Amino acid sequence: MAVIEAHDLRRTYRSVTGTFRRKTSDVEAVRGVSFEVDKGELFGLLGPNGAGKTTTIKMLITLLIPTSGSAKVLGHDVVKEARAVRRQIGYVFGGDRGLYERVSALDNLKYFSELYGVGPREQKQRIGYLLELVGLNGREKERVEGYSRGMRQRLHIARGLLHDPPVVFLDEPTIGVDPVGARELRATISALTEQGKTVLLTTHYMFEADALCDRIAVISNGEIIAQGTPSDLKSAIAARTVVEIEAYGVDEARLDKLRGLDEVASVSVEERGQAQVILVQSAKGLQLTQAIVGHLDGIRVGRVSAREPTLEDAYVALITDDDGS
Amino acid sequence: MAADRLTFRRAVRLVRVDWVFTMKELSHSSFFILVGALQPVIFASIAFFMFRAGQRPGTLLYAALGAGLMGIWSSTLFGSGGMIQWERFQGTLEPLLVAPRPYVLTVTGAGLGTSTVGLYSLSATLIWGWLFFDIPLEVESPLLFALSIPVTVLGLGLLGLVLASTFVLYRHANALSNLLEYPIWLITGLLVPVSLLPGWVEPLGWILAPTWGMRAIRGAALGGDDPVFAIAMSLVLSVVYLFIGAHFLRYFERLARERATLALA
Repeated sequence: MAVIEAHDLRRTYRSVTGTFRRKTSDVEAVRGVSFEVDKGELFGLLGPNGAGKTTTIKMLITLLIPTSGSAKVLGHDVVKEARAVRRQIGYVFGGDRGLYERVSALDNLKYFSELYGVGPREQKQRIGYLLELVGLNGREKERVEGYSRGMRQRLHIARGLLHDPPVVFLDEPTIGVDPVGARELRATISALTEQGKTVLLTTHYMFEADALCDRIAVISNGEIIAQGTPSDLKSAIAARTVVEIEAYGVDEARLDKLRGLDEVASVSVEERGQAQVILVQSAKGLQLTQAIVGHLDGIRVGRVSAREPTLEDAYVALITDDDGS
Repeated sequence: MAADRLTFRRAVRLVRVDWVFTMKELSHSSFFILVGALQPVIFASIAFFMFRAGQRPGTLLYAALGAGLMGIWSSTLFGSGGMIQWERFQGTLEPLLVAPRPYVLTVTGAGLGTSTVGLYSLSATLIWGWLFFDIPLEVESPLLFALSIPVTVLGLGLLGLVLASTFVLYRHANALSNLLEYPIWLITGLLVPVSLLPGWVEPLGWILAPTWGMRAIRGAALGGDDPVFAIAMSLVLSVVYLFIGAHFLRYFERLARERATLALA
């Protein structure tokens, strides 16, 4: 039996605009998402901002009621058996909010221990273990308002694991954390599955999903557009090559021209300081560099190189295709 | 491990922990303490001058107790009414709701915490009156006075639960809190005797805990009103509030999950 099951989950938000002439409009944030996560698996939900990752996770952890569809965690329905689900899950979200700032980390952990049903006798030992795990030992008596973002994030993780839940939901846990702190957090997350926990992680960092996840579902515009292991997703574009062109001042019209080339599979742009890096995916073996540079006539072009596709390229290709359709 | 099953003993413990945690959290808020201590003292001073001008014996302590209770009401109203909005703002509402323990226990403890912090207002007002207005701190029935205070705190705290439960649903509930401060002071007789107001106002006050809390405290301190009856009414209302608050909270929590109003975004 799968630990997490989502069947055709849908969620529509209703928004109201105007003061006197009020208009309501519906936004479909999640449109028929289905997936299963097995015991001990680290499953990634990967997608850009606004794709529906957080809405999906909030339905699974009982904070939002689905507009339609169903979901179960350890066999318990997330709507009808919300309390039973809550007893079995831990929830960790990214960002620096969500903690009681005016009191210490220890006060936060003690308080949530009570809320999470950790017995009075186990609390001290459990909190001590978790402070050690997330590296906050020695800082636990300081008020949270003085904590850095990375420390707050580590405190979030400790709180989510207080009752040693078998299923852990992590919603963008490394967002805004510095590279070293993020690496330490990833090591902590990775250790969770070694303890037999089932983990659902949402992220928009490809390397994070690649490094951590056993399987990934790519979500875009509220729908899952691809699902599989990181290798599966990479192999879908293994027959491609990626040309990277450093350019200065490239405009949308020129990019559209590149997209119009028959041999080009996808075009995306990354901003890197003053420069833009244009990533052009095409079938392996084609010599497209001259043609691409030719279409960038009139703008300054820097370094040009070709390379093998990464998971990030696979993701970009999927999202670009989905947006195009 | 996962979460333990909830027993009655653990439920009581959770309310107590929440109660203490809320007091600790609020006592670290300089804004809350400043408002809680200063506002009643200012109102008490105004009331002292007004009642002193009336030259009726015993009215200064009457005014002091009223001003103190006004502080407890403000603390409960902004603490409990604003609590949900504050939790939402600081992002703790979702972790609280996703916790396996029933949220009603959390809010009950927090409601009691906010009304207990309000005792600071009562103490500040009485000390202020004693220091600067020569109000004798002598009460008619010390035992009933001592009993009436926790009963009043309980009644107001559970009224806070009713307020908080309805405010789960609204992102701008704090605006409603502001509207409820002065009218309740008037209706429940904290500011001026209800007999001075139109006749239809008094029955409105009967369903509000501050009315009976005030009667109990003033009755025990000054005589007049029957404090035992007022204490009994406070306790009955507390049970009613607990029942209504728990029911509302379950209902509105589900509605908030449907309407997606638990988070700011």
